[in-house]
Amino acid sequence: MSRPTRRQLLHGSAASLAGVVLAAPVAHADRAVARSAGHGHPGAGGHHSDGHAMPEPFDEIYQGRHIQGWPADQGDAHGSRGDHGRRAQRLAGPHDGMDFVVRIDNDDLHVMQNVDGTWISLVNHYEKFSTPHTLARAAVRELQGADLVPVITG
Amino acid sequence: MAVRKNQANLTATEKRNFVDAVLELKRAGRYDEFISTHNAFIIGDTDEGERTGHRSPSFLPWHRRFLLQFEQALQSITPSVTLPYWDWTVDRSPRSSLWGDDFLGGDGRSGDGRVTSGPFAFSGGRWPMNLRVDGRTFLRRSLGTGVRDLPTRAEVDRVLAMDVYDAPPWNSASDGFRNNIEGWRGPNLHNRVHVWVGGQMTTGASPNDPVFWLHHCFIDKLWADWQKLHPASGYLPTGDTPDVVDLHDTMKPWNDVTPADMLDHTKFYTYA
Repeated sequence: MSRPTRRQLLHGSAASLAGVVLAAPVAHADRAVARSAGHGHPGAGGHHSDGHAMPEPFDEIYQGRHIQGWPADQGDAHGSRGDHGRRAQRLAGPHDGMDFVVRIDNDDLHVMQNVDGTWISLVNHYEKFSTPHTLARAAVRELQGADLVPVITG
Repeated sequence: MAVRKNQANLTATEKRNFVDAVLELKRAGRYDEFISTHNAFIIGDTDEGERTGHRSPSFLPWHRRFLLQFEQALQSITPSVTLPYWDWTVDRSPRSSLWGDDFLGGDGRSGDGRVTSGPFAFSGGRWPMNLRVDGRTFLRRSLGTGVRDLPTRAEVDRVLAMDVYDAPPWNSASDGFRNNIEGWRGPNLHNRVHVWVGGQMTTGASPNDPVFWLHHCFIDKLWADWQKLHPASGYLPTGDTPDVVDLHDTMKPWNDVTPADMLDHTKFYTYA
């Protein structure tokens, strides 16, 4: 699988010290994701802890971008898409907030469900959306053609 | 004692000192540590899991500590610098002096949202987007596009009138002052301002736009204003709350500071 966004991250800001420092955490995040993908999603089981129905999967071209979404516990059904992508390296915590996978042109968009059933993404973090589908479309509009890149935290 | 001022009242020298200190932190590689920390909590804080920086009672003391750390970093460059606050109930136009070329620079251009004027414009070469959620390497804004209007003074007063700090379930569904000022409930104050500015301010990497600090400084001031209005209402919860920072629990990532330590801002600074 090609990794244009990672290239972009590593080369896009090569002149800066921070850009160089980022290289190690990116590699670590990829390893962590590869490991967890083999064990399935910890919250898998079809029931959502807060009682909200899991949204429907989607797969469409929207404004020229390929957007897809599916419940994280159906990851095996999407094995042909390669590994589980380049998720953000997250702060350690009991919940990872990724019950639903959203991708734009095969890049993961970090999403989170609010307790009222609405959704937010890392691109539109301060704005609620009724479904991951409307969230993904909003992210495409916000991106204006730009690729998502893995976000390093810490 | 450090005095934090309304940005509209800064002198030309105060504006220049603030901007220069911010640019120096960026040049030295220290600015991006703040973006990284903030984004870690944006991603890690969840409604039904551990939550510290956002969607939880410690939203206000966590950001107070975060801003203090940033202010101290600025003061290591120029000791007289303090964080200015942006009262968006008053300075609510893209034509406000806040967005002047001598301060934070202007709105983004149409098409790609790129900020093209002021000290943080991409063309100046001093404000690279090293930590970002997408491939764009320039500061972006889209003032008043994501939402048309900033919160009004009446909406702020409605939230300041609430006499309980926070309430179960201690997350984005809570009643109380904290969740209403954060904006998940009620008139939507803090969250809406992020959306109004647009660009990086709508993302988890929102401190990429230096207006982040002026916005949160006003949120911090509103917390102090609320405390003055409700002297009998303390921080909640006070103990034994799963996944949530109680009054005397330490807050990550510092692990040496509690909400109780942050309640009295006058130990650190005052508001003009």
